Amino acid sequence: MSAPLQAAAPGKVLAAQAGAGAGGMFLAMLRRDLLLVYRRRADAITVLVFFSIVVSLFPLGVGADPALLRPIGAGVVWVAALLASLLSLQRLFGADYADGTLEQILLSPQPLALTALAKVLAHWIATGIPLALMSPLLGMQFGLAADALWILTVSVLLGTPILSLVGAVGAALTLGLRGGNLLVALLILPLNIPVLILGAGAVDAAQSGLGAQAHLSLLAALLVATLMGSPFAVAAALRISLD
Amino acid sequence: MLELRNLACVRGERRLFAGVSQAIPVGQLVRVRGDNGAGKTSLLRLVAGLSEPAMGQVLWQGSDSRQVREPFQRALVYLGHASGIKDELDAVENLRAACALAGEPVADGAAVDALSAMGLGGRLQLECKVLSAGQRRRVALARLLLTRKPLWLLDEPFNALDPQAVAQLAAAVGRHLEAGGICVYTTHQPVEIAADNAAELTLGARA
Amino acid sequence: MAKINWFKYAAPATFYPLAGRLAPWFQAMAVLLGAVGLYIGFFVAPTDFQQGEAYRIIFIHVPAAWMSMFLYLLMAAYAGLGLVFNTRLSSMMARAIAPTGAMFTFLALWTGSMWGRPMWGTYWVWDARLTSELILLFLYIGFIALQAAIDDPRRGDRAGGVLALVGAINVPIIYFSVKWWNTLHQGSSINLTRAPSMASIMLWGMLVMALSFWAYSIAVILSRVQCVIAEREQRAAWLQALGAEQG
Repeated sequence: MSAPLQAAAPGKVLAAQAGAGAGGMFLAMLRRDLLLVYRRRADAITVLVFFSIVVSLFPLGVGADPALLRPIGAGVVWVAALLASLLSLQRLFGADYADGTLEQILLSPQPLALTALAKVLAHWIATGIPLALMSPLLGMQFGLAADALWILTVSVLLGTPILSLVGAVGAALTLGLRGGNLLVALLILPLNIPVLILGAGAVDAAQSGLGAQAHLSLLAALLVATLMGSPFAVAAALRISLD
Repeated sequence: MLELRNLACVRGERRLFAGVSQAIPVGQLVRVRGDNGAGKTSLLRLVAGLSEPAMGQVLWQGSDSRQVREPFQRALVYLGHASGIKDELDAVENLRAACALAGEPVADGAAVDALSAMGLGGRLQLECKVLSAGQRRRVALARLLLTRKPLWLLDEPFNALDPQAVAQLAAAVGRHLEAGGICVYTTHQPVEIAADNAAELTLGARA
Repeated sequence: MAKINWFKYAAPATFYPLAGRLAPWFQAMAVLLGAVGLYIGFFVAPTDFQQGEAYRIIFIHVPAAWMSMFLYLLMAAYAGLGLVFNTRLSSMMARAIAPTGAMFTFLALWTGSMWGRPMWGTYWVWDARLTSELILLFLYIGFIALQAAIDDPRRGDRAGGVLALVGAINVPIIYFSVKWWNTLHQGSSINLTRAPSMASIMLWGMLVMALSFWAYSIAVILSRVQCVIAEREQRAAWLQALGAEQG
């Protein structure tokens, strides 16, 4: 079972020497998904371009007055991050559903919730982290101060995994449905309102001198709670959708 | 051994079949027959545990397969219409990912050997999107050469294969049965599989 | 020898006539209580010294808001039961509750905005309660849209169950985050504490109206669940016949 690898060609990241243990399969799934993201880089980049376009539309819509832009900057970046994350949810299970891989995932002896978590983690690495890294750049367009930019980055970094986790439930529930994309937005956006309030609120609080500690702590607490519950909901939803 | 007990399947508002019962001992080859839309795929999915029966049970080694889900899934290979091949990965990556997912990780060498045996020797480094339908099918079927799982559920495994590949697959199924495995499959093509113990299960015979 | 889950299929069949018998009684109760409640609200309750006559809309607004939240929890409870125990009737009940809940949510929003016009001089303010109510409406619509998009009734029931449970867990989180957001951004807008003598008759009016809304909801939900059962009856009928011939 653990025969030495043959000379691996470049790009063969999929070297899963792992045993049949759940941890090994978790890593194998994560590696496979990240490799797929890497081979389909254009998709991930599209999400980032979408993110920056949406953010850039706001000054054009409301006017370029810095006094007007500074207070709405964090909110705009956050709403755009919410939409960008939503846009990329289609990728999460869509391709695996279409080509039959999802059936194999359901039949895998590893707990389904764990596989789902691996896929969500890959989704976050591919979208959440880039969004967080880009948000200070976009925040600068709105004249946010340096410390506000820091808080913005941290809040997006803490909030996007929640978006991925909650979004995965919606993506799993709407697999294969007509107009599934639009439906996901309808199901998921209301559930993500607390993330938006806490994330954008953290920056506002920092700007008004209140300190972002409370917001960020609550966001972290929400992340932990979502992390506990969401994988099981995703697993249940996947079983239902493939029935 | 595998036993189907009074299985019924409802899709949407339509009943596909009901009262399907069959005991399948070790070493038996079962061909599921039925017209288009009789529910052959639904039956295989139901046996695999992908969907819930409207009525009845699937028993594995005497226990309800839904109660012993984990050991049952460890014992099971299901290959459906969609073969789960990723366009962006090459044949070796695809095969290794599929095996890892099934809880039977294999090394590069073993994967290369299996794919060569399926006649894909020269195309291992190509992304699967450039392979033909039959070649992609072979990548998926190469898993059967590597697995040690006793229960095979194959939905139209011979689709898109050329005669040579059909013969290879038939031989692989024959070896599997000899080693004490079970194979339940559907096909529209008449294929000779060497089996000491073969049975048929016909759906939709009422009409 | 075949194990047939009788409860699963027989329950809707026995419930169907029961629902038919009960619904008219609840209809009558809804009309009667509604008349009493509105009489109290419009004629017995005194004019408010600050808000004048406009405040009387709370006799519809407040009970509607109560109902919208109760019904969401009830719907989630039924949907959860259906998901966990695979009881078809509970999932049908959840399906039947959703439109009524959405209707009350809309009613609460509508009356709230009509009340807001004379009170705040505008039809809409981002008051915490109004905002939460708006989000609740989105949650109802999401549930209804998801079930409408799924053709297979069983998948629809179960998918709706997962969504309703996730939503129910989220409702308090949403409510508190909106409340918190609201206190940070603007002061609380109105306060309903009044002189005790007036509060008591007002409370009575609202309670009677709430009971009327309950009776109305039960009547409508029973009728709707009858429709859902009838829609799927054919399938249940063959399963029962099949069970009888093989059991």
